[in-house]
Amino acid sequence: MSVQRYAHPYIPNSAPEVKEKMLTEIGFSSIEDIYADIPEELRLKDKMNIPKALTEYELERHVNQLMNKNQTTKENISFLGAGCWPHFVPAVCDEINSRAEFVTAYAGEPYEDKGRFQALFEYQSLVAELVDMDVVNVPTFDWAQAASTALRMAARITKRTELLVSKNIHPDKLMIIKNYTSPDLTVTLIDFENETGRLDLNDLKAKLSVDTAAVYFENPTFLGSVEVNGQIIADLAHAAGAICVVGVDPISLGVMEAPANYGADIVCGDLQPLGVHMHYGGGQSGFIATHDDPTYVMEYPSRLFGIAPTEVEGEYGFGDVAYDRTSFAKREKGKESVGTQTALWGITAGVYLATMGPVGMEEVGQGIMQRSQYAAKRLSSIPGVEAKFAAPFFKEFVIDFSQTGKTVKDINAALLAKGIFGGVDLTEHYPELGQCALYCVTEIHTQEDIDTLVTAIKNIV
Amino acid sequence: MKTSEGTIDKMKRIPRDHKVRRFHQAKWDEPVIFELSQPGERGVEVPPVEPQIVETVGDGISQLPDSLRRKKRPNLPEVSQYRVIRHYSRISQEVLGSDFNVEIGQGTCTMKYSPKINERFVRSPKMAELHPLQDESTVQGMLEMTYQLDLYLREISGMDKFSFQPGSGTQALFTQASIVRKYHESRGEGEQRNEFITTHFSHPSQAATAAVKGFKIIYVPADENGYPDLEALKGLVSERTAAFAVANPEDTGIYNSRIKEFTDVVHAAGGLCCYDQANANGLLGITRALEAGFDMCFFNLHKTFSVPHACGGPATGAIGVTAELAPFLPGPLVDFDGERYFYNRDLQNSIGKVRSFYGVPPAVLRSYAWVRALGADGLKEVAEIACLNNNYLYHKILQIRGASAPYIQGRRLEQVRYSWQQLKEDTGVTTYDVQRRMVDFAHHYWTSHHPYVVPEPFTLEPTESYSMAELDEYVAALTHISQEAYENPEIVKTAPHNSTGHRVLESVLDDPNQWCITWRAYLKKTAQG
Repeated sequence: MSVQRYAHPYIPNSAPEVKEKMLTEIGFSSIEDIYADIPEELRLKDKMNIPKALTEYELERHVNQLMNKNQTTKENISFLGAGCWPHFVPAVCDEINSRAEFVTAYAGEPYEDKGRFQALFEYQSLVAELVDMDVVNVPTFDWAQAASTALRMAARITKRTELLVSKNIHPDKLMIIKNYTSPDLTVTLIDFENETGRLDLNDLKAKLSVDTAAVYFENPTFLGSVEVNGQIIADLAHAAGAICVVGVDPISLGVMEAPANYGADIVCGDLQPLGVHMHYGGGQSGFIATHDDPTYVMEYPSRLFGIAPTEVEGEYGFGDVAYDRTSFAKREKGKESVGTQTALWGITAGVYLATMGPVGMEEVGQGIMQRSQYAAKRLSSIPGVEAKFAAPFFKEFVIDFSQTGKTVKDINAALLAKGIFGGVDLTEHYPELGQCALYCVTEIHTQEDIDTLVTAIKNIV
Repeated sequence: MKTSEGTIDKMKRIPRDHKVRRFHQAKWDEPVIFELSQPGERGVEVPPVEPQIVETVGDGISQLPDSLRRKKRPNLPEVSQYRVIRHYSRISQEVLGSDFNVEIGQGTCTMKYSPKINERFVRSPKMAELHPLQDESTVQGMLEMTYQLDLYLREISGMDKFSFQPGSGTQALFTQASIVRKYHESRGEGEQRNEFITTHFSHPSQAATAAVKGFKIIYVPADENGYPDLEALKGLVSERTAAFAVANPEDTGIYNSRIKEFTDVVHAAGGLCCYDQANANGLLGITRALEAGFDMCFFNLHKTFSVPHACGGPATGAIGVTAELAPFLPGPLVDFDGERYFYNRDLQNSIGKVRSFYGVPPAVLRSYAWVRALGADGLKEVAEIACLNNNYLYHKILQIRGASAPYIQGRRLEQVRYSWQQLKEDTGVTTYDVQRRMVDFAHHYWTSHHPYVVPEPFTLEPTESYSMAELDEYVAALTHISQEAYENPEIVKTAPHNSTGHRVLESVLDDPNQWCITWRAYLKKTAQG
């Protein structure tokens, strides 16, 4: 056994005979010759402290053992939302997004990857119907990135530097926006009403100025409330010469009005609710939409896939619209930057919308509203437990436990012991609300799930 | 084959000596999904609401004020389930993923095998059905894998801590630029240090993301051998220097052996050094960021660590930093107290966040599994074979008429930026023509990033995943096209001939009156009259 004849299954040319043959062909005596440019003092002398290789069978056992230390939202009843939501994923979505053609493709040209261009063009087109606008981009990293970019777009269009952002957005999203828009733009927060959770119009009026590039608010808000004053906010922004940017949960749009129809100039949101599993937060994927106005289109940093004729009549072709906008073409002189983002989730969201159709989107939206209202009502019937805001909501709502004398933390720990993941604890980011938690109820929750939660909380408080 | 008496055709051996593949891509003439709509059809039913819920709350939507009730249903197509499947399956056949072609034509992107076992892992509910805000006690397996992968990447890079939050190489570059800014601000030099030095061979996002963070971009020119010019760098650094960001090897595949002198020059001027390790595949176990003097580096998990590219994401740019910079990382970070894994949110100078929650955990899981499948020896083997494959390819391509590889000759690491300048001068055939013709032989071929410092460029990166026979096949296709260019250039210029579609009339895509970014825009802009 002098020669190790081992070739790793992932590395065909690690077979010794092949290695020799290739080295001979190129006139090198050993692999070392290839690395001759790397000086001795930069060479890694020690062997890396990484465990020895596992065969596929060993790997499967090992990784499964680790994964079995996780408890899933399917094995428990979960009411966690806050930017990553449990929704029903039709099997069709999994089937298409696991096709090797899509999974293993990357940056092919319209000639060998025409299907990728078409699938993303269709995704853009399907989301466009939902938001009632004519332009949608190839997805960004997530909603936070989409919002950040929408705000930078607005600042470039208005040539102004101040961004007014409603305070009732996800705290993580706010951090992302702040980092993305600094140092040249400033973010000023607009308060929300304690009664309803909606944007405080007076605070908005006081803060609008000739420096305001954009007003950003969400509907529904992070705290769940439906923002009924959308048109008023948009009108105020426009009167000040600012752009109105609205963040939206797309699964609400089967029943809720599209923001374009109450004054939004730029709409953004997350695609994860549309057929993408939560993946521990890895399912997030952002979209941006605008009207088909060149002033707006030319400010997108993202790829925009368009449909176009080919040399052969009667054939669809696809390609990049206004590619010269992008950093791929112009580096630092392009709009922001573009690269790998979340294309596969975009294709998947397209499959979801095509599968659900207009009726499915209306039904799922209505079903969510019914279940979440039922849950809020039942929870509010528990002594000391009440819904925080007097406002309509879509799928999330804030439950106030202050009167129970118990902390959200204790309640959630007690719920966890019963196999229930309680609502997201808001006390750290919104201490002014008291002992409040954000509950998320969607079409995946049965009446039994909700009743189980209510009974458990009754017993805990 | 006939079997009746006296007419039996004997099975004949099929000669397999043709050099290029006889290929024709699937062409389905598939309509856009909206054209499939048949009112009344649907693809899936939604979960029904229990009667008692309806009894308790009514229709639910009456809660919405009139102004926020959707007036008309979205104009989505109505398509039954099997038709949806056939539609998307057909258009998927019009995509050449790396499971189908010798994907070495996408240089700088490290197209490699994404092991199937890893896909099974991430599609398990144990990964797919986790919520990022679950109690830490319920995700110990995920946290353990994240923590361990951090340790492995530390071994590979020499850095002290990794964050897996950035969602791609571009976002990792942005994170680096954000840390650079925050670092100088923390030392009271935020306004003063506003210059970011990079090179033309770096990824376009390098310059672009630093510009988003407000830096002025300065390019170090390349010298006649293709190295960043050290003397030029010395003239560029000053008290305004915030950072120097570079890949090594750059996209030329040329390793800069004097890199430590570069980082020393920048450090002496008070700047930070950021290593773009998108091209790390040839260096695993060979050389590291730390010894070369870098303060930060990042690895694209979707490149070097085998996460599939998924048509362009989701991906991960794992960013590693020295201990001094660890408090600047986006949070939270996974730590271990000897008993349990937990999130460390105590990062004093954190830039905040760059991506929601913790980034893309399925990418972390896949990379963890990939590293465990290879071990320390296997990782080094990856690097060595990737470089061997590249030098084999390099040797063969230089024998093709009209092709060259500018700058220093003799060897390259894991990729090469080539040029068809001679081919163009001789025949008029450009790198774009070659690109379209390669499709006819089932190969993807990418030109290069802008600006085209190398004329008529193409960049190939064979990685460890392709066999010698496959490399030969790719070379044969390029050789064939070169011959065509010299003998019958029209066939190259009018390509593709065997693909799904023909040449796109690109002027439409740049004309606001004609571009159609969605189907509804197409319907409006192509309406009769």
